[in-house]
Amino acid sequence: MSQPAIEALTFDLQGETFALEASLVREVLDLLPETQVPGAPPFVGAVINFRGRIIPLVDLRFAFEMERGDPTIDTRIVVIEHPLDGEPALIGLRADKVHEVTTITEDTTEDVPRIGLRWRTDFIRRLARRDGDLIVIPDLDQIFAARGQSASVTSLHPPQAR
Amino acid sequence: MSGLDPIETFRQEAQELLEQVEQGLLDLAHRPGDRDLIDAVFRGLHTLKGSGAMFGFDALAAFTHHCETAFDRVRKGEVPASPRLVACVLAAQDHMRALAEGRTVEPGVGEALLADLHAAVEGGDTPVAAAEPADAAARIWKIRFSLPADALVNGARPLPLLDELRDLGECRVRVVTDDVPPLEDLIPTECRLAWEVLLTTPHGREAIDDVFIFVIDEMTLDVEELTASQPAETIAAQDDKPASTAQAEKPAETNAAQDTRAAKTGGETVRVPAERLDEMMDRVGELVIAQSRLKQLASSSLDTALRAVAEEIERLAAEMRDTMMVVRMVPVIQLFGRFRRLIHDLQNDTGKKIDLQIEGETTELDKTVIERLADPLVHLVRNAADHGLETPEQRLAAGKPEAGLIRLSARQSGAEVLITITDDGRGVDRDRVRAKAEENGLITPGQVLTDNELLNLIFAPGFSTAATITNLSGRGVGMDVVKKTIEGLRGALDITSNPGEGSVVSLRIPLTLAIIDGLLVRVGSSRFVIPLANVEECVELSPAQDLRSTGRSLITLRDELVPFIRLREQFKTGSAPDPHQKIVVVSTGQDRVGLVVDQILGDHQTVIKPLSSFHADVGAFSGATILGDGGVALILDIPTLVQLGQRHDAQMRVAG
Repeated sequence: MSQPAIEALTFDLQGETFALEASLVREVLDLLPETQVPGAPPFVGAVINFRGRIIPLVDLRFAFEMERGDPTIDTRIVVIEHPLDGEPALIGLRADKVHEVTTITEDTTEDVPRIGLRWRTDFIRRLARRDGDLIVIPDLDQIFAARGQSASVTSLHPPQAR
Repeated sequence: MSGLDPIETFRQEAQELLEQVEQGLLDLAHRPGDRDLIDAVFRGLHTLKGSGAMFGFDALAAFTHHCETAFDRVRKGEVPASPRLVACVLAAQDHMRALAEGRTVEPGVGEALLADLHAAVEGGDTPVAAAEPADAAARIWKIRFSLPADALVNGARPLPLLDELRDLGECRVRVVTDDVPPLEDLIPTECRLAWEVLLTTPHGREAIDDVFIFVIDEMTLDVEELTASQPAETIAAQDDKPASTAQAEKPAETNAAQDTRAAKTGGETVRVPAERLDEMMDRVGELVIAQSRLKQLASSSLDTALRAVAEEIERLAAEMRDTMMVVRMVPVIQLFGRFRRLIHDLQNDTGKKIDLQIEGETTELDKTVIERLADPLVHLVRNAADHGLETPEQRLAAGKPEAGLIRLSARQSGAEVLITITDDGRGVDRDRVRAKAEENGLITPGQVLTDNELLNLIFAPGFSTAATITNLSGRGVGMDVVKKTIEGLRGALDITSNPGEGSVVSLRIPLTLAIIDGLLVRVGSSRFVIPLANVEECVELSPAQDLRSTGRSLITLRDELVPFIRLREQFKTGSAPDPHQKIVVVSTGQDRVGLVVDQILGDHQTVIKPLSSFHADVGAFSGATILGDGGVALILDIPTLVQLGQRHDAQMRVAG
């Protein structure tokens, strides 16, 4: 019996596993030199040169209020193609470790519980169960629209004084 | 060869012709007797008619024909180019434009225009023009005929033939003198002339043939219906009067029909779709980036041959870039040209008298820039006419000439073009601006503002001084949109105004959008590009000066105080200052500010890459570029930084 399923690339951020639809992913890169953009929110604090194009580097850890560890030998940049403010855009996502592409079937996923989660619930599209663990399927539209500002992050990082 | 739609090509050409005609007409309004102008207008109309017919725009050809006829009479000196006639043809032009663009036209509009035109030509000895205006059935025939050399001797006379053709409809006759021998060889009794007639008539081919019925055996006759879209050859082939000489004449004949076109599109210029130029520009951009990487590699290599090639490539890439930019350049006349019409209309709408002066119309700008400048400029000119200039009575009362002056000028300064819109009107009413800004919550009541700040409130979002919305101003475009567009072009905009004397709005626009020359600097561990066009000079900031100026960030530059910004602090690099810091003095027009950097790395040819919308609101950067080593440098947005510096400076002054 076949279930509606998605092919997803899974990756780790601070011990949590996230999944992105594989069709979004353009490329997985080793760490590249980053160029900090002074004044930009830490969620998109830098840009990188991706094959002659300058693309923003997003750090989802800020959207999910995670600690920011130092890059390791496993750190990668996942380049995805995703609309940004209505325009198709290439965006780099920082990942602590990238895993294989797996199939997530509909019956293993469930809606985001209203409580018991310390993250902004609208940043998560669904949760998937696997081997007793949880995989977070983030809602990139919401996260990008909010510029990764989770409620408490806003207070921690007040808008840049101008 | 080219995949261009011929209809589209015609529309483009028609557009240009109409613009050319319009310019001529507007000039004529000032210099009614100028023969060159009259000829130019006539030629434009004529070509439009001919091409229109060739491409199957029958209604356009028929309509244009009447305007052409009117101008032909002006040309022949039969009627003066009266303002009324000029106005009529101007109005008719809009109709032609609609026809050329294939828009549906309200029935009767064309007829009404022609009736006006006819009345303007006055005299009324061309009843045909009024009788059969825009007759859909009217066809245009191109008739070329010549009589045998001995025709005159044999008693044939060309004049009655022409008269008979005239009876069929509107005729334009041109005599072809190609076969007339030099004077010493000329035999006066021989007829060496040929005639070309453009006949507009509801009658068919038979009627034309009937005219020549008595001489048809001896003469050569070529009749071609211009309304047909088939190539002329087909028509000639179908010709049921295949006189042998007619065959011989045919090539010349077909060429004549296309002559005017060929002169326009052939040989000297090539029409290229703008997207292809954009693509090419992108490639050149990539080339420049690859080249600077090569340069970097070569400079660290000892291989002299490689270095030589790298230098060669560098030179070629730079030339390529320059050539590419020139290709995309168009003179601002394309932009300014349309304002003459606008002013013409504005005079009618406002009842004000307006003189338009245009300066520097040969100054060139990137095509994309020109296109994007059109709307803001229209808005600024409308504003000047609507709000700036006074009514003739007010002007006379104020001791000014009755006609208000609006001057559009363009000139290149470095990598920028300075465009100013000057009016000699009443100037900006500061009290009203302030009141309005307070009302709209842009400033708090009593807020201290410099005069420049106050004036620039006009460009703030949510501001509109139009106490009464006229059909000129209230068109949904605010001055803030103007400012946005200009800044989107990496340009800057400023206004100065003297009460009672008028206002000057000046725009500084970069020559091109894609590539700039920049100064590469280092701040902390990051590299940034400062557009070279904004750089005035670089001076050293000695550690002593640096320490002394911690309280007030000002340096004295040739007896002038210039505020400066430490980019290290601004960008929070958290690094220690370099012992030999430099100040790069940048300016936007009148305002200057110094930017303190750690090191100046040198010139850098920069291909501007936009930043994603994530970084659009950061403000201090207008884009980014890829450096020779693959790294990324952000391009500083000078207007924002200068503003920042000025504000900083103002705060300092207030503080003490």
